[in-house]
Amino acid sequence: MSDMVKGNHAFAEAAVRAGARFYAGYPITPSTEIMEYLSTRMEEVGGVFIQAENEGASMNILTGASASGVRCFTASSSVGMTLKQEAISHMADSDLPFLAFNVVRYGNGLGTLDTGQSDYHRDTRGGGSGDYRCIVLAPYSIPEAVELISVGFDLSDQYLVGTIIHTEAALGQMMEPCDMPEMKTVERRFGAIDGTYSHKRISPLTRNRLEEAVEMKERYERIKANEQRWESEYVEDADYVLVAYGLAGRSVIGAVKQLREEGHKVGYIRPITLWPYPEKAFEAVNPEVKGYISVEENATGQMVDDIALTLKKTSQASKDVFALTYAYGVPAMKKIKADFIRITKGEIKEVY
Amino acid sequence: MAVAKKIPSILSKQISFCPGCGHGVVVRLIAECIEEMKQEKNSIINVGVGCYSLMTPSVEIDRFDSLHGRGAAISTGFKRANPDTLVISYQGDGDAYSIGIGESVSAAYRNENITVITVNNTNYGMTGGQMSATTMPGQKTTTSPLGRNCQTTGMPMKFPEMIASSFPEVAYVARGSVTKPAYVNKLKGYIKNAFEAQMNGEGYSLIEVLSPCPTNWGMSPVESHERVNGEIEAYYPLGEFKLREEK
Ligand SMILES: Cc1ncc(C[n+]2csc(CCOP(=O)(O)OP(=O)(O)O)c2C)c(N)n1
Ligand code: SF4
Repeated sequence: MSDMVKGNHAFAEAAVRAGARFYAGYPITPSTEIMEYLSTRMEEVGGVFIQAENEGASMNILTGASASGVRCFTASSSVGMTLKQEAISHMADSDLPFLAFNVVRYGNGLGTLDTGQSDYHRDTRGGGSGDYRCIVLAPYSIPEAVELISVGFDLSDQYLVGTIIHTEAALGQMMEPCDMPEMKTVERRFGAIDGTYSHKRISPLTRNRLEEAVEMKERYERIKANEQRWESEYVEDADYVLVAYGLAGRSVIGAVKQLREEGHKVGYIRPITLWPYPEKAFEAVNPEVKGYISVEENATGQMVDDIALTLKKTSQASKDVFALTYAYGVPAMKKIKADFIRITKGEIKEVY
Repeated sequence: MAVAKKIPSILSKQISFCPGCGHGVVVRLIAECIEEMKQEKNSIINVGVGCYSLMTPSVEIDRFDSLHGRGAAISTGFKRANPDTLVISYQGDGDAYSIGIGESVSAAYRNENITVITVNNTNYGMTGGQMSATTMPGQKTTTSPLGRNCQTTGMPMKFPEMIASSFPEVAYVARGSVTKPAYVNKLKGYIKNAFEAQMNGEGYSLIEVLSPCPTNWGMSPVESHERVNGEIEAYYPLGEFKLREEK
């Protein structure tokens, strides 16, 4: 049997095993255990660990590390991630890979210490100023997170974009049995800045930003075409499809299984990539489906917008899209089931 | 015998600073020091955001273009990833002392083994001459058109003094100027000292350079140099504030 391990510790160790040897961050609940763990672990593996003066500075420190071609990462929560956005945008502008954990805490501004999914829009739309995206991966268990961390680093290097492991307080804080992967070693990125001036460096004054924008768009299209990830079940004959990610996704899977046993024709889609959004998952759904239900750990409903946009794209624009929003905490299966019944009775109005 | 001064080979093109501007001298001195120390293939210059961004097409060493004010943090990343490489953070007073003061102080506080060079021209040159943390009392800028009122804006910041007194373990701190040949020679010595300290692993080094900005001061190059030598030097004394220690 695998060892029980706390989410945040598993995330940190998985990043080390993925070959990352550079961490900079600033403490914030509920992600702090990641950096506490690394404060000694990085030294053991000969890596760099820096407790910076704030989140923004930590991300700027990563900028230097990533420009040097070193596999690097940071971790924070919601409001802390806000401070990193200036640097994240700058890294996108310089095609610099990185991995960042957002262990989401629910709320606006300083927010709460509780679990939630209130940063969906921010994280899937780039987050800072400009015209860029980060790959966003949303695990629903600690073992899946551990797997996605290695995938995330590789995708970042392959496409020269940032990757956000978009998780939530409850997953960072809980314990689950989990096996750790073997230790990997990674080379420094070819052509990176190391002082030897192996490559000419383009000046901001002479860059061809039009050409760069076209290349960036093509790169993003390739990511959208090749990197969508999701899990789905029972969608081919479903009357209703529930859509949820992370721990809400875990509840939804349980709720859908019980509803099936009770005779309801329901299915689920659990997005694993939040950007790119798994549009392909919606192509397999029963053409006669009555509606889609977004289940989210927030008050306003955020991912519901992406479901509606996806339906437009997959010629299902006439279908109803509902949002069951739970602010905050992981919704219980019982609650999801009861609210589903209310939808079937017309007691909850569709959003789109 | 006349000595022929060659342009350092790591400066490939002419840089179009305004006539009388001090940035050109500082860039040239940095390049000369790198060449004389044979670090052309072992240096990274991290250029902040200000008029000095104009140097970037010309400087033929590893270079990165910083965010405004974040130079000391980004340079920290470079240094930790390349511990044996000379890492230079080139910034202005606006960049390093206003928007970037947190990063600037924190790098010194960690005694990060980098060299920060700040060019103090008492205003935000690039954006057209707004008030900065080093604007002199009574100085007219586009955001202090009646003259800087220090009662509401504070007194001009003395960053080198602050660093040398707050963090005595840093390696080297000095303030130079570019307005007289003797000053330029001295400044070159300061820069070289800082680079040597860094390559020797002695810790953080800081050089502030007093520099004219004739364009935004509304002065001729000669007048602007006289202003530096008079009013500005009187407030901002030249010299070394933290000497290197024998190691
Ligand atoms: C985040 C951000 N805020 C504001 C600016 C606009 N800006 C560009 S340069 C500059 C001031 C530069 O002043 P200084 O560092 O003193 O350099 P100088 O041009 O005087 O040499 C400002 C405010 C910016 N580029 N980024
Ligand atoms: S505006 Fe001032 S700082 Fe900028 S190049 Fe001209 S003289 Fe130099």
